[in-house]
Amino acid sequence: MKKLPAVPYIVWMIAGTFIPLLMIVYYGFTDRTGAFTTANILAVFQPVHMKALGLSLGLSVVSTVICLALSIPLALVLKHSTMGREGLIVFIFLLPMWMNFLLRTMAWQVILEKGGIMYHLAHMLHLPFPPIINTTGAIVLGMVYDFLPFMVLPIYNVLEKIDPNIIEAAYDLGAGESTVLRKIILPMCVPGIVSGITMVFVPSLTTFVISNILGGGKIYLIGNIIEQEFTTSANWNLGSGISLVMMVFILLSMAALMKLDKNGEGGMM
Amino acid sequence: MRKAIRGIYLIIILLFLYLPIVTLIVLSFNESKSMFAWRGFSLRWYKEMFNDTTMLSAVWNTFSIAMVSALLATVIGVLACVGILQFGKKGQAFLLGINNIPLLNADIVTGISLMLAFIAFGFYLNWGTVLLAHITFSIPYVILSVMPKLKQLGVSNYEAALDLGASPLTAFWKVVIPDIRPGIVSGFLLAFTMSVDDFVVTHFTRGAGINTISTLIYSQVKVGIRPTLFALSTIIFVVVMAVLVIANRGSSRQSSRNDFFLETPQS
Repeated sequence: MKKLPAVPYIVWMIAGTFIPLLMIVYYGFTDRTGAFTTANILAVFQPVHMKALGLSLGLSVVSTVICLALSIPLALVLKHSTMGREGLIVFIFLLPMWMNFLLRTMAWQVILEKGGIMYHLAHMLHLPFPPIINTTGAIVLGMVYDFLPFMVLPIYNVLEKIDPNIIEAAYDLGAGESTVLRKIILPMCVPGIVSGITMVFVPSLTTFVISNILGGGKIYLIGNIIEQEFTTSANWNLGSGISLVMMVFILLSMAALMKLDKNGEGGMM
Repeated sequence: MRKAIRGIYLIIILLFLYLPIVTLIVLSFNESKSMFAWRGFSLRWYKEMFNDTTMLSAVWNTFSIAMVSALLATVIGVLACVGILQFGKKGQAFLLGINNIPLLNADIVTGISLMLAFIAFGFYLNWGTVLLAHITFSIPYVILSVMPKLKQLGVSNYEAALDLGASPLTAFWKVVIPDIRPGIVSGFLLAFTMSVDDFVVTHFTRGAGINTISTLIYSQVKVGIRPTLFALSTIIFVVVMAVLVIANRGSSRQSSRNDFFLETPQS
């Protein structure tokens, strides 16, 4: 009787999460007539799909690494920053997210396009203009731009919680600055880093919007393939099959990350 | 020296983050329709905005769906927290564990799975299916915000109220709810934000008839976006910024605000 309030939640979870996920499994393993087949799963070995999957994995790894490389120093800088209270800094980093995500991505098109802001800037400085738009480089830039806050904030969050006494103790015991960074601060950041990696890697791997806008519609990531099967091509079975393969990669990466974050305290949330 | 390097690094990152936003705001005041040529300052797009019925209905859909889905998700989420705490240790761990599935699921998977289920069960894709989809991905955020507060509160206040003669419903309404209000508010705001910002799930569950701001923008990306959308986004951005600044100044209790900000990115 006391458990009654949880009923709507449980019903909603079953109807809104479990049944829909089972639908993907059902569609993924059947053909249009409803007969069992593994063709949709094996379709991932077709050259077009293999290429898209490989490219997605490659680009999302690259953008995750760039985000990580930018975020660790950034979180350290923010921790030392005198820019008022921490609330202000977090505010500054989250504010861009209130501008529509599609428009922010599209703005990079305006900036990078021939005749755009970068073009004029390069011209003014007599530098060669980098033709980055509609390349994989532009897609990586878009991923880094869109998902950087998801990496910075969890790392900053754990960094803030480190007891200053521990760092002081390390100095007192004769550790140099780089030793403190390597042996004390970075290991304590692992939970934040792990959740940051998940928050950047999964959306990068599955995006179809960024590649569509900044790749000029000619570069196909796995997300684009799935989206097309569900919209223009209307082959839901194939789309589901490829989604299942993609989900396997997500699960594998999460399992690997869980191992990294052994004590699991900082966790996702 | 070292301070200078830190400062420069911070400035470069901030430029990177704000350059696209400044670009969009500048374009919203451009007389020309072109995204690459500046033809002088104009409020033309701000005026046209109010005559653009497609866009106004997209604005209405976006905010009506966000409001209703956030409200319903908050109600379901708060009730869920209360109910889940009545389960044993294993039951609690399981029920909170499945709460993470929608959170960790890629948006595209959530979108297509809901679309397949809606069609399989004979739903007609429209405003209602988008609403149901948004409630689905919002509930976990509410639970994440409310659960820690409820656990912190414990049962003693509630039991004291019962001992003093309150009915369970009165005790819940008058004692428990006021104590967990900060968690409820931040859960609601998170759900609202996620709903307004969503594109992918809406894209798959909306059907042909309706648009939200995001889907309207996406449909125009290929053919060239009308600057009225820049004007609209500028207004939304400025309003949100103003609200946040005022709220930040107004609240002396800095900590509860930070909770909200810090929880947002870790969705």
